[in-house]
Amino acid sequence: MSELRRVVVTGLGAVSPLGHTARSTWAELKAGVSGIGPITLAADREALSQKVAAEVKDFDPLKHFEERRLSTLDRVSQFAMVAAREAIAQSGIVFDMPRSLRTATIVGTGTGGQTTVDESYRRVYLENKQRVFPLTIPKLMVNAPASQVSMDCGLRGPAFVVASACASATHAIGLAFQMVRGGVADYAVTGGSEACITFGVVRCWEAMRVMAPDTARPFSKDRKGLILGEGAAMLVLETLESAQARGATILAEIVGFGMSADAGDITAPDQGGMARAIEGALADAKLAPQDIQYINAHGTGTAANDETETQALHQVFGGHARKLAVSSTKSMIGHALGAAGALEMVATVMAVREGVAPPTVNFLGPDPACDLDYVPNEARKMPIEAALSNSFAFGGLNAVLAVRKFA
Amino acid sequence: MTDVANDVIAIIAKKVRVDHPKIEMSDRLQDLGLESLDAVEMIFDLEEKFDIQIPYNANNPRTEFDTVGDVVSAIEKLVASRPS
Repeated sequence: MSELRRVVVTGLGAVSPLGHTARSTWAELKAGVSGIGPITLAADREALSQKVAAEVKDFDPLKHFEERRLSTLDRVSQFAMVAAREAIAQSGIVFDMPRSLRTATIVGTGTGGQTTVDESYRRVYLENKQRVFPLTIPKLMVNAPASQVSMDCGLRGPAFVVASACASATHAIGLAFQMVRGGVADYAVTGGSEACITFGVVRCWEAMRVMAPDTARPFSKDRKGLILGEGAAMLVLETLESAQARGATILAEIVGFGMSADAGDITAPDQGGMARAIEGALADAKLAPQDIQYINAHGTGTAANDETETQALHQVFGGHARKLAVSSTKSMIGHALGAAGALEMVATVMAVREGVAPPTVNFLGPDPACDLDYVPNEARKMPIEAALSNSFAFGGLNAVLAVRKFA
Repeated sequence: MTDVANDVIAIIAKKVRVDHPKIEMSDRLQDLGLESLDAVEMIFDLEEKFDIQIPYNANNPRTEFDTVGDVVSAIEKLVASRPS
């Protein structure tokens, strides 16, 4: 086996409930701003019991795309492309030949082109129209975000979508990291995208009975569940050697990736599965538990996840668990399902880069079952040498990335 | 036993796979082996059967749904207040 290469992040992009760039999103996360508000995107929203979500606000596709292209671009692809363009621009890389051939495009999404699905089904079932728009299939297909990013940015290496529900983006970034580390690709544009605030999707989440009626309060007493979110985030990954040769600004180094499956319940979280993914990421990174200062938690705000994730952290970190700063940015950007892990990687990379742990907002006070330091309500300046980003999906699919400060 | 009670117990029995005649009003749902997903499905079946809305959040288990009898009386109340 050839020698493993070091992999660094040189570009970040995001479209989130807090802004249409990674820079604005991170600034708002640090300030503890909540992006949760009334649902405006869903058709028939008056008929929904759930009234709030974390929507991307004031997103005008025509600011980013020619009108004729929109017939093939669902909102989920639009978000992915805008985030990818920002990340690539920040990296300064021009993906011309032959570099384009060595660049992977790996994108996570949980639900794909739901806006298109919803609109098409309303047309045929509700409005009794005889036909749907001709390009409905390429617009809604679940791989569209990866295809559109690859087309838009001219990336000709390995490209596909990864679907593992709430862990999709973390699995995607982890695979891209492994590809660059192992020499399958030299560069990767990777992350996740989700645009799931439709009547149909919200109604299905209502049926699960796991959403909070007001806001997300991860790890807090009196938390009442998750809040759906949407958006995208993308990262540019390359080898350390390439970044240094270009004189690029290195934002952070990705050092480890751990995965596991619970092989248990389809929805209930599992402490053992979570712990194995965390341990896997640490081992892959050759980091000891004491080397970690910050954890961007999965932290959905459900009773079950937050308690189980806390127990998993105790299991892996032992006495060091109480020294960790653990926060859930879902308290501000909601749970963007297949994009969540990418938005959270933006937060984790910036936390390591700037030495600031973003807060868990809406925190009312400790729950006896959640007894760690969750950085309640206010960001904290602190030295962060290494951090983890956790994602634990429905279906028992777990993924954890380890990030180290590059100095 | 009212018809509503009979129907409610039948729905609970289906979820916990305990024979209908063996279920007592005083049985606790937890002791019957009702897990969280079963509870969500039970609530759905009850709503569909009686055309009612039951406020229920799995993050905040309703302590008033402790026993079979609790569920029966809650559903009887919701059915009685149903708009006719």
